[in-house]
Amino acid sequence: MFVHGALVNANLWRKVVPRLEGYKRVTLDLPPLIENGNTVPVTVSVESPMSEADHIKAIHVFNEKNPQPHVFDARLGPKNGKAVIATRIKLGDSQKIVAIAETSKGEFFSASADVIVTIAACVEDIT
Amino acid sequence: MANVLVNAPKTARRGETVEIKALIMHPMETGFRAGTNGRIIPRNIIEHFTATWNGAEIFRMDFSPAIAANPFVSFFTVASESGTIALRWTGDEGFVAEHQVAITVT
Amino acid sequence: MTRLTIGLCLASVFAASWFAGSWALAQNDPRHSGYHDMGPDLRRMQDDDTANPAMLFVQAGQVLWQEKAGTANKACADCHQDAAKTMRGVAARYPAIPPSMPGPGSDKPASDAGQPVDLEGRINLCRTERQQAPALEPESPDLLGLTAYVALQSRGQPIAPADDPRLVPFRTKGADLYKSRQGQLNLSCSNCHDDNAGKKLAGATIPQGHPTGYPIYRLEWQTLGSLKRRLRNCLVGMRAEAWDWDDPQYVALELYLMDRARGMTLDAPAVRP
Repeated sequence: MFVHGALVNANLWRKVVPRLEGYKRVTLDLPPLIENGNTVPVTVSVESPMSEADHIKAIHVFNEKNPQPHVFDARLGPKNGKAVIATRIKLGDSQKIVAIAETSKGEFFSASADVIVTIAACVEDIT
Repeated sequence: MANVLVNAPKTARRGETVEIKALIMHPMETGFRAGTNGRIIPRNIIEHFTATWNGAEIFRMDFSPAIAANPFVSFFTVASESGTIALRWTGDEGFVAEHQVAITVT
Repeated sequence: MTRLTIGLCLASVFAASWFAGSWALAQNDPRHSGYHDMGPDLRRMQDDDTANPAMLFVQAGQVLWQEKAGTANKACADCHQDAAKTMRGVAARYPAIPPSMPGPGSDKPASDAGQPVDLEGRINLCRTERQQAPALEPESPDLLGLTAYVALQSRGQPIAPADDPRLVPFRTKGADLYKSRQGQLNLSCSNCHDDNAGKKLAGATIPQGHPTGYPIYRLEWQTLGSLKRRLRNCLVGMRAEAWDWDDPQYVALELYLMDRARGMTLDAPAVRP
C-alpha cells in the first residue's frame, strides 16, 4: 500500500483520466430556460494561463437543432488575458449547445449545456 | 454610418486585463425565415468581427446566422500601451462598419 | 488610495448595482412590472446600459435630437435644450392633450385639437408643426430612437398621468375597451392580464400588462417597438382585427393602462421576451 501511494498521486491520475479535467476547464454559461429563442445570452469561459506557451487559441461553439450547426468561432491569444467571451445567440428549439476550446499546445477541451427555449404565446402577424 | 455602441475603459494600467463590449445595430437575417408570401427572406448577416490594438489583432470572431440580431460581443484584452482600439465588422451585402476608441495606458 | 476614497468607491459601486437591479417591488402593492416576470438573464440584459440593445436606439435618438430638420431648420435641442432636464417626467405622464398648435400653414388650430396623443404622436406634432418637416412613419427607426431617448429621461420616475379633466372621457373609453371581449377567441384584455396574470400561456408567463417599459426591445421582434405595436400584437393574438395605426382607440387604451399603472416605476427602455 505504501509503495502504491508513493507511485500514484494527483498528477498521475490526471494523465490517466484527462477528460475529467477538461470537463472542468470550459464553462458554458447559458440560461437553463429562456423566454425567447431569438436572443439567448451565452458566456464561454476557459481556464488558461493565457501565456505565450500555453493559451487558448480558439473557441468554437456548435448547436444541435438549428438549421445549421455553427454558432461562432473565435480566435484568441495571449493578448486576451482571459479566455472569456460573451454574446447572444439564436436558438430555434430546446437543444444542447457545445463549446470546444483549442489550446496552443494542441489540446481540446469541451463543455455542453442544455437550454429549454419557450416562445411568446401571441406571435405577431408580419403585416 | 452603422449604429455602434462600444464600451471600453478610457484609461488602464499596463498589464491590466480590461473588458471590451460592443453592440451594433444589424438585422442578422438568417436566411431561414419565410416572409408573408412564403418566400425565404434572403440571408443578411455580419460574418466577421475583428479588434486591433494599435494595429495588432487582439481578437477575431466569425459569426454564423445563429448570432442574435443587433449582435453583442464582450471579450477581454491586456492593456499594453496607449493608443487606439479599432473594431471592424464586415458581412453580407458589402456591409462594413468600423469604430475606434482611444485608451490611455499608464 | 486612502480609505475614504476606497469607502466612497465601494459605496458608489453598491449604489450603482443596487439601482441597476432594483426595479424593486413596492411593499404591499399587488402590481409589478413585466420586468419581474422575466428570468435573471433578461433582467441583467435590461439593467446593463452598455449591453441593452435598446440603448442603440437611444443613441440614435440622441443624435437626432441635435439634428436640424424641416423647412424651419430646427433641431429638438433648439427649443428643448438638454433633454435630461427638459424631458424629465414627460414619458411618465403621457398620453396627454397637447396645447393647441396651429394647423399646417395657418394660424387656426389643427382639426384634431383637443385629442390626446401618445408620446410618438407628440413627437410627430413637433415635427410637422414646429420643425415643418414630414411626420415620421410609425415604428420607423427615427421615431423609435427619439421616443426611446425621451422615455429614458423619465427612467426611475413614478408613472404620473396628467390629471386633466378633458382626458376623462377618453380614459373611460379605454377602460371599456380593456374590458370588452373581442376577436375569434372572444377574450378581453382583462381576461388574461387581470384574471390570469402570473399563470402560463403556452410556456410564457402572462404579465399584468403595465406599460412601464415602453418603448421596449422585444426579443420576439428583434428590435425596439412601441406600445401601439404591442397592442396590435395582442389584438392579432386574440384573432381580432388590429385597429388602423392612426386609430384613437390605442391612445384611449394607453390612457387607461397608464392610470392602472399609476405610481409604478418607469423602467424604459425595457427588454421583454
